[in-house]
Amino acid sequence: MASSKTTRGAAVEEADGGKRPTEKSTAKSAGKAGPGQDLAGLEAGLDALDAVQTKRVSAAEVLVQKVLPPIVAVAFVLALWKVLVVAKVTPDYKLPDPGLVWDSLRQLWLQGELLDIIWTSVSRGLFGFLIALAIATPLGLVVARVKFIRAGLGPILSGLQSLPSVAWVPPAVIWLGLNDQMMYTVILLGAVPSIANGLVAGIDQVPPLFLRAGRTLGARGLVSARHILLPAALPGYVAGLKQGWAFSWRSLMAAEIIAKSPDLGLGLGQYLENQRNNSDMAGVLLGILLILVVGIAIELLIFAPIERRVLRSRGLLASAR
Amino acid sequence: MSPALTTEKDDRASTAAAGSAGAAGSVSIAHVHKAFGRPGAAQPVLEDINLQVRPGEFVCILGASGCGKSTLLNLIADLDKPTSGAIEVPGGRPALMFQEHALFPWLTAGKNIELALRLRGVPRADRRPRAERLLELVRLGGAYGKRVHELSGGMRQRVALARALAQDSSVLLMDEPFAALDAITRDVLHEELTRIWSETGVSVLFVTHNVREAVRLAERVVLLSSRPGRVVRDWSVDIPQPRRIEDAAVADLSVEITEELRGEIRRHGQQ
Ligand SMILES: Nc1ncnc2c1ncn2[C@@H]1O[C@H](COP(=O)(O)OP(=O)(O)OP(=O)(O)O)[C@@H](O)[C@H]1O
Ligand SMILES: [Mg+2]
Repeated sequence: MASSKTTRGAAVEEADGGKRPTEKSTAKSAGKAGPGQDLAGLEAGLDALDAVQTKRVSAAEVLVQKVLPPIVAVAFVLALWKVLVVAKVTPDYKLPDPGLVWDSLRQLWLQGELLDIIWTSVSRGLFGFLIALAIATPLGLVVARVKFIRAGLGPILSGLQSLPSVAWVPPAVIWLGLNDQMMYTVILLGAVPSIANGLVAGIDQVPPLFLRAGRTLGARGLVSARHILLPAALPGYVAGLKQGWAFSWRSLMAAEIIAKSPDLGLGLGQYLENQRNNSDMAGVLLGILLILVVGIAIELLIFAPIERRVLRSRGLLASAR
Repeated sequence: MSPALTTEKDDRASTAAAGSAGAAGSVSIAHVHKAFGRPGAAQPVLEDINLQVRPGEFVCILGASGCGKSTLLNLIADLDKPTSGAIEVPGGRPALMFQEHALFPWLTAGKNIELALRLRGVPRADRRPRAERLLELVRLGGAYGKRVHELSGGMRQRVALARALAQDSSVLLMDEPFAALDAITRDVLHEELTRIWSETGVSVLFVTHNVREAVRLAERVVLLSSRPGRVVRDWSVDIPQPRRIEDAAVADLSVEITEELRGEIRRHGQQ
């Protein structure tokens, strides 16, 4: 009986330490090129037929599909506003003309205060967010991976997420007084739970197959966390970051509106509250619009691109639309 | 040359034979039992499995769905511990290829392979050239920078094969790696696998429930029974490579093995 050893060519990856069997029986290289070429050609054909085509979208398409609709919506709201004012539905002090709001904005700009006010709030918000990030990431990791801690802290974290962070302002004022630390505390209490929960959710959704594949490749413990678990959990984590920013911004505005002190720099929340005290409705509306626009701008400029990149690189974005 | 088939009814005899043929460096599975569940109410899944895989040998494990094939591979890959018995794998951790490609979607094809190299301790400078060589081995030279979702099913499995080979393990475990592919692609990958196996000299333990696939690929086909899984029978396949899945000799042996497999399954209906 002939043993069915087939031809063995040279090992492609170098055999270290004789791990590889070195026996090479009857080399039968003749007639190998023919079928080999055939197979390569066949495979190239299959690959070409199967390959997923990713098409780029033209700038014009982006303009029509993404930029135009919000512009139309905003124009519609402005028009409606103007109609309500012209029809005198309510007295002027309750609903001022859009032009007056624009005038307030111009004035603020000409006084050179506009950017200062925005920067005061944005720098507080982003710095608070970064501290929240530094606390929430290890916290989320531990809660996701350690059963006992999860049983204890998990429900508290999700509960905190539904507590409006404005509720933290009074105790924070009593604990810390009227200063920046108080603001950061309120931001942290708002943002940490949502970032940590995002990470926990992201880790929970990591398919066990990835972890097992990582283990067979030799990744365990911290190495596995760094190379497999965290990258696999990234989409959930980034979603948590986005939400964490929204919570940071909201908490900060609550703190700024409630806590007033000359020691605190003038931020958007304080500006809004000052205009209320002056009974300047145009200024109040301007304050609200600025808070809205800045919050959205940060999300669009920082978080949306990160999220898009993460999702697109994994093929999780429905299409490049 | 007419293909000579040898079958051995007694699995003990065959293990003993393989044992005496003897190579140091065989994968050796001795009296392995595996049960799931609490002690007392445990469900035996594998019972007294004895199996040797010589260096460079290509063995297919065949069995009905749920008979414990994946469990056995997990034990060999050290992803799970046997209830009793001993498993020896030469040269440390074997490479394992799953039914799903299990490539990491946050990395490109090339970086997936480089991660395997990195986790094995290959120095940074060597990783990229090695990854490229491995991709060429599976004929995907141009796919280095491709994301997983940009690859077709067959290409993904080839990258997964390249990643498994990157472990440079002398044993490659494959758990129904082609089951989800269409017949044409699967056929091509059979040819590729045979070629790569003969080029690298790696031992392959290939799990499938497709009898023809087993006969097409293997030097030895091992049939497992169900509930509990035991080695029922062991065939040497002496049909020379390159084989084709349509070959008459492949078909003949497949019929014989299928009969035996059906017999095994029927036994459960009678109980
Ligand atoms: N972790 C587990 N806990 C309990 N039972 C399990 C576990 N893993 C597998 N089993 C059981 O062991 C048996 C064998 O499972 P296994 O996945 O090894 O089968 P298989 O032969 O690979 O099947 P298939 O062909 O469907 O892949 C099944 O009945 C399954 O329910
Ligand atoms: Mg299985």
